[in-house]
Formats: sequence, C-alpha cells, structure tokens
Amino acid sequence: MANVTATAPATERLQLLRVLGPAHIWALGVGIVLVGEYMGWNFSVGKGGMIAGLAACWVAGLLYTCVAMIDSEVTSTIAAAGGQYAQAKHIVGPLMAFNVGLFLVMAYTMLEAANAITVGYLLDTVAGMMGHTGLNQKPFIILSIMFLAWLNFRGVLATLTFNLVITAIAFLAIIALFVSVQLGASAVAMDFSAITTAPLPYGWIGIVAALHFGLWYYLGIEGTCQAAEEVRSPARSLPYGTMAGIMTLLIAATMTWYVCSGLLPWEYLGQAGTPLFDAARVTGNTGLMVLLFVGTMFSTLASANGCINDASRAWFSMGRDRYLPSWFGAVHPVYRTPYRSIVFLVPIALIFALGAPLDQVVTFSILSGLLGYTFMTFNMVMFRRKWPLETIKRGYVHPLHPLPTIVLLTLCAAAYFAVFLGYGTQLSAMMCFYIVASLWFHFRRYRFVRRGDQFTMPWPKPQGY
Amino acid sequence: MDIWNILEYVAWALSAMFGALMLMNLIRIDTTYDNELLASSREGEIEVTAERHQI
Repeated sequence: MANVTATAPATERLQLLRVLGPAHIWALGVGIVLVGEYMGWNFSVGKGGMIAGLAACWVAGLLYTCVAMIDSEVTSTIAAAGGQYAQAKHIVGPLMAFNVGLFLVMAYTMLEAANAITVGYLLDTVAGMMGHTGLNQKPFIILSIMFLAWLNFRGVLATLTFNLVITAIAFLAIIALFVSVQLGASAVAMDFSAITTAPLPYGWIGIVAALHFGLWYYLGIEGTCQAAEEVRSPARSLPYGTMAGIMTLLIAATMTWYVCSGLLPWEYLGQAGTPLFDAARVTGNTGLMVLLFVGTMFSTLASANGCINDASRAWFSMGRDRYLPSWFGAVHPVYRTPYRSIVFLVPIALIFALGAPLDQVVTFSILSGLLGYTFMTFNMVMFRRKWPLETIKRGYVHPLHPLPTIVLLTLCAAAYFAVFLGYGTQLSAMMCFYIVASLWFHFRRYRFVRRGDQFTMPWPKPQGY
Repeated sequence: MDIWNILEYVAWALSAMFGALMLMNLIRIDTTYDNELLASSREGEIEVTAERHQI
C-alpha cells in the first residue's frame, strides 16, 4: 500500500514530528498527573476526614471526566500544538487565547518546579534514612530540570517513550501495593473505623475544603492535547489516550485512597508528605517499600517531564502566532522540537523551584489549571453553537451535552470557593496577574499578531456569522 | 566525604553538562540555519494536506 500526499507544501517547512501513538498520549496525561496519587491528595483527608477525602476523590473525578470528554471532542477537531490555546483562538478569540496560553504555561511550569522540589525532598529523606544529614537538595533539583529539559530538547518520541515506561511502573506499583495488602502481605490490618468514629470531623464544610486537594488526583490530564501536532492520527489517538488516561486515574485514585486510609490513621494521613510510600512502610514489607519509593520518584519525574513537554508546546504556539516574540516559534531542524521554548522555560522553572515554597508553587499551578477548566465550559458551548455536529467532522463526540459542561462549571465554582477558603490572597494575586497581562496583550502586543493567519482550520463559516 | 557528598558534586557536574549541551546546540543551530527556515512551522498543516491511499 502506498501512501501518497496529494498536495505538498510549496516551500520547505520545518514541522514538529508526527511520531506519537495513543500509548504516548496516555503516558503524557497520566504521567503528569500520577504524582498527585503519590503525594498531595491526602491533604484533603486533613481538611475534612476520611469521608471528605473519598468525596473529594470522586467529585474531582467527575470534574475531570467532564474535562476529558469535553477536551477530547474539541481537540480531536483542532489538532494543533498549544491544545486549549489553539481551541480558544479558533472558538472564542485572541484575548481569551492569550490568557489560556498563559494559564497553560504557568500551570505546567509551576508543576514542573514543584516536582523538582519533591525530587530534592525525596532524596533528602533517603539520605536521612541512610544516616546522612543536611543534604544539599539544590544540585538534585537543578539536575532533574536540566536532564528532562535536555531529553525534551532531543526529541518527543524518546521523551514520551521514557514517560510511558516510568509512568507504567509507577501505576503498577500502586496496583501491586493494593493487591499485596488484599492478599495479606501487610503486617498491619486495614482499619476503617475512623469512618464511623470520626465521619466528618469538621462538618460538611470539610468536604468543600477537601475538594481543593482532591484536584491533585487528576490535575493535568488535559495536557494530552498539547501533543496534538505530534500524533500520527489526532482524531483517533487523542480521545483514546485521554479517555484511557482518566479511567486509569480514577482506578489509581480510588485504590490509593483505600489503601492509605486503611493503613494510616487519618490524622497522620492528612499531613503526610509521601502517603503511598508511608503506607508501604507500614506494611513492613521491604519489597513494597522499595517499589513504592521507586514509584514515587518515577511519578515525580514523569510529571516534570510531561510538564516541560506541554509548557514548551504552549509557549511555542504562542510564539508561532506572534502572541509572543516569533523567535519562540522555531523548530529544531534535526530533532523537530520547539527547542527555543524548551530552553527559555528552564530558568523560569529553576527560579520557582529554588526560590518559592512548595505549597505556593502548587497553589499557583492549581489556580491556573482551574481557570483553564472554567474556560473549557463556555468554549464547549460556543463550539457546539458555532459549529453544530453536522457541520464539521469530529474524531469524538461527547455524550449528554450540555450536561458535562454544566457539571464542570458547577464543580469549578465549588473548587474556587474551596481554594478561596485556604488561599484567598493567592487567588486574588493570580487574578491581578492575568488582568495586567491581558492589558499588556491588548494594548502592546496584539498589533504584532498576523490576524488573518490565526484561523488555520478548514472549517465552514460559523453559524450566525 | 560520604557517598551523598560525592553525589552532590556529580549532580552539579551533570546539570552543567546538560545545560551546556542544550545551549551549545541552540547556538550552533541558530548560527547554521536561516531563521526563516527555523520559524517556518505553520499550524494546521495536516488539515490542508489531503492524503490519498492507493492499494
């Protein structure tokens, strides 16, 4: 069978390489997120107890299922690097697109910095267990960012194949812990008595407060669509990879809550640094301890790796459209990666990783993500209104529209309230930052944008225009 | 000096190496190739390129 291209480009152009399949998309999405199972989600238990932790796990799961469905439909139609940025550009308008691009870059760069900080913390813990005190974490933080940036610089196939392997190991580690505990490998019996003795220690408001940290279970799954320009078959691979990813995460999240809540007292679990590793330590099984430590390290590296990939694609797309200096829109002639964007974002990640506290960095990442999810709701409504189902071909059509959109918007509102309860100042500061950036774009930057070149999809005129 | 102190130095050295590799490659590419070619990527190429499959 021959595969003949009917119309070749008139001039030579460097494009990102189309080499990825659905498994790489799964690895990108789950890889970014799975670290949230290994740490962070458990603060939801601290905010509201065990039941609140489980409610947050499933409510956030519902939120992200809506995100995955909505994203799959739009991205299977707009196969462009930049993901939600390209969606906003085509469906809403330039100012929204600029903001969404910034949400993406901020969310992923902050998460990358948080992961690098965590690598340093984990190695410090191991050094402490081996009797070495006062480990200098900085070289390890810098090395994790530098190595992963270099990997991303060298090519997307190697980067996401690496992510596939380490993400699969980290996921299998959670399953191994769950199965081992079920088969009686733990020295300590599972104990869920706190569900009846302290069902909601802080009342119903505890469930709302827990939602903030419930987002950690799934934060970043929407990153799959950043690879839209590098998959062989976007209409097939993106929905498959994304939906398989959210299913994986729902399973991993529920198992994680079950094992950790059964093995660790909820008062300890609510403030633990590495809950899955701690649960493995409680079992007294050395093999499980080693496996879960490896899983923790791998999930952290996979997340940072995926974040570098996604942040650079969003930055690259904005440069290519001249929303940012066009210098960033360059593709490496050999490796076919957005190499300038990758290198440019390295010092920014280092500044946050070395100079900002972990909880602040993660909160800024969550807030940027949340703003992006809110955008998805009205983006979806506008997409279906402007281009109804019969007008353009979609790789995936999500069911029950507009119910997922309404559910997503409602849950986003609840999540904003939950974040406001704990981090009101950061929420306000973040909003101010985006307002100032929007003003800069509107008054200073938009004049450089080639307005006619922005709309690249061969779609019919939108309805009503 | 124990193994962790040595690992710290190794991490510093590797970080510098990866940073230098990226920077040197960036400079080499930017000075070798025309910027117009490097920034020639366009969004939506797959959509405007129709594929015909022949058996």
